Amino acid sequence: MVMIFGVPAPLLLGQILLGLINGAFYAMLSLGLAVIFGMLNIINFAHGALFMTGAFVAWMLLHYAGIGFYPALVLVPLIVGALGVLLERTIIAPLYKIDPIYGLLLTFGVALVIEGLFRNGYGSAGLPYEIPASLSGGAQLGFMFLPTYRGFVVLAAAIVCFATWVTIEKTRLGATLRAATENALLVRAFGVNVPRMITFTFAGGVALAGFAGVLAAPIYTVNPDMGENFIIVVFAVVVIGGMGSILGSIVTGFALGVIQGLTSVFYPEGANMVIFLVMAFVLLVLPRGLFGKVA
Amino acid sequence: MRGDVRKPSHDYLVGFLCMLACIVIAPWVLYPLFLMRVLCYAIFVMAFNLLAGYSGLVSFGHAAFFGMGAYAAAWSAKNLGISAEVAVAIGGLAGAALGVVIGWLSIRRTGIYFAMITLALAQLVYFFCVQVPFTHGENGIQQVPRLKLFGAIPLNGSMAMYWFTAGVFILCFLAVHRIIHSPFGKVLQAIRENEPRATSLGHRTKTYKLIAFVLSALFSGVAGGLLALVFGFATLESVRYTTSGEVVLMALVGGFGTVFGPLTGSLVLSAMENYLASFGSWVTVAEGAIFIAAVLAFRRGIIGEVMAKLKVSL
Repeated sequence: MVMIFGVPAPLLLGQILLGLINGAFYAMLSLGLAVIFGMLNIINFAHGALFMTGAFVAWMLLHYAGIGFYPALVLVPLIVGALGVLLERTIIAPLYKIDPIYGLLLTFGVALVIEGLFRNGYGSAGLPYEIPASLSGGAQLGFMFLPTYRGFVVLAAAIVCFATWVTIEKTRLGATLRAATENALLVRAFGVNVPRMITFTFAGGVALAGFAGVLAAPIYTVNPDMGENFIIVVFAVVVIGGMGSILGSIVTGFALGVIQGLTSVFYPEGANMVIFLVMAFVLLVLPRGLFGKVA
Repeated sequence: MRGDVRKPSHDYLVGFLCMLACIVIAPWVLYPLFLMRVLCYAIFVMAFNLLAGYSGLVSFGHAAFFGMGAYAAAWSAKNLGISAEVAVAIGGLAGAALGVVIGWLSIRRTGIYFAMITLALAQLVYFFCVQVPFTHGENGIQQVPRLKLFGAIPLNGSMAMYWFTAGVFILCFLAVHRIIHSPFGKVLQAIRENEPRATSLGHRTKTYKLIAFVLSALFSGVAGGLLALVFGFATLESVRYTTSGEVVLMALVGGFGTVFGPLTGSLVLSAMENYLASFGSWVTVAEGAIFIAAVLAFRRGIIGEVMAKLKVSL
């Protein structure tokens, strides 16, 4: 058997793959947070809860309406995005003129409400969501076994992240968006409906979380706590990466997932902690984050 | 995040005497155990408020100091054969020691980054507590004795423990009041209002913020240690991020940067939790709804609104 650093290669590569999967979720969630923060200047604490909502909506679509995984990949982001529009228009919009810390407090409240409601409705035990038949099984690559679904998740996440990056950095819409981030008043003077743009930015950010939720449903059991487990790690990811750069959030997310995967090979007890320790280290040497602008 | 910077006034003295009277009368009206919980959390909220309300640093990780204080006090109460006030002091020291490390790291950023960093570091402390043997994992440290005050007065009876808790609360209250109205406290408030300007006046703002952070962690540890003695256990629940959220909510409902806000917030939220305890997760939903309502409709909190209505400073 091939050994790498005294560890069997299949084990090491398997953990790296697991790390990549976690990293895929960190990347999608921190990307959404960064997009929302750029435009609204608010950290969306409810991001984890909306990710969890995405998983639950996928489960509901399957069990109440018989709608399967692939349609859910399109429908769920739309539904979660619509929920985002509702949230932004009703309770988040009044906060733009005050200290951004209140945005964090308010969205924390939203997260509590959503989690409490799902816990009341479905308990904390977790509901299983089957891997779709066309993605079950796996491929023996010789050096390791690759479960098809896991490969699919990493690929889908990478494509969605890349598409978001292209939209923001390379299209006309993205250019307007970035301009509005820099100076909303000036962009409005050019006749752009900035408030509507803000609403759809928020919706887009949380739709990403919803999409991630569908992908997560077959991997983790669908349960009310899945959001909170992710959101705090994602905050650390955001602090490490800094929210100045879209590409930065994506790269940081995937990289930290891999670091976490490697840690669970060499020191399993530290797997939960390693990302926070990396954050502490980054704060020491580069307080504004790896890709952050001066804040 | 406005706190009043004026001198302690007549209004304040009246408020303080009313509070003392309430603390003395309360155990004949309400359950002492409930009141002790309210007072412990009020100390915790005062500690948080010292940092958030007066220094402008809103931490989302204060459960780390509270929980560490609880564990340290519970462990030493069980194993060291000390008296009650020493156990609570050990809780405070444990909180302060952790505060030095977490504060030193997190004051490098401000605003929402500060909130996220403290949350993440507190989660690190949580996972640490899950792993290490001395916390006894999911079970927590159970059957913690209430000990004797000064090694002589037993605190097993609920009234004796109540007076001890009330005494610690009042000491903390006066200490926090002294800090806020000291020259040190004035500089903190100046930093909150305009940090570059405070720097330009020659103050080392980083040092001030770190000291405020450590003091806040110290009082949080005292609150956690006291709660561990009151209920006789210290569990993972006290280190969880939900506890951090709870203290933020209590401070917000009472009023950021007000002297009497912490006790008010602790009382209101504890009463609600007590009332809704049998309804399962509806407590979480209610807490979330209060968060939303407080941010949207009464950011000044109960005491802040009263202050504005009556034009007094509390």
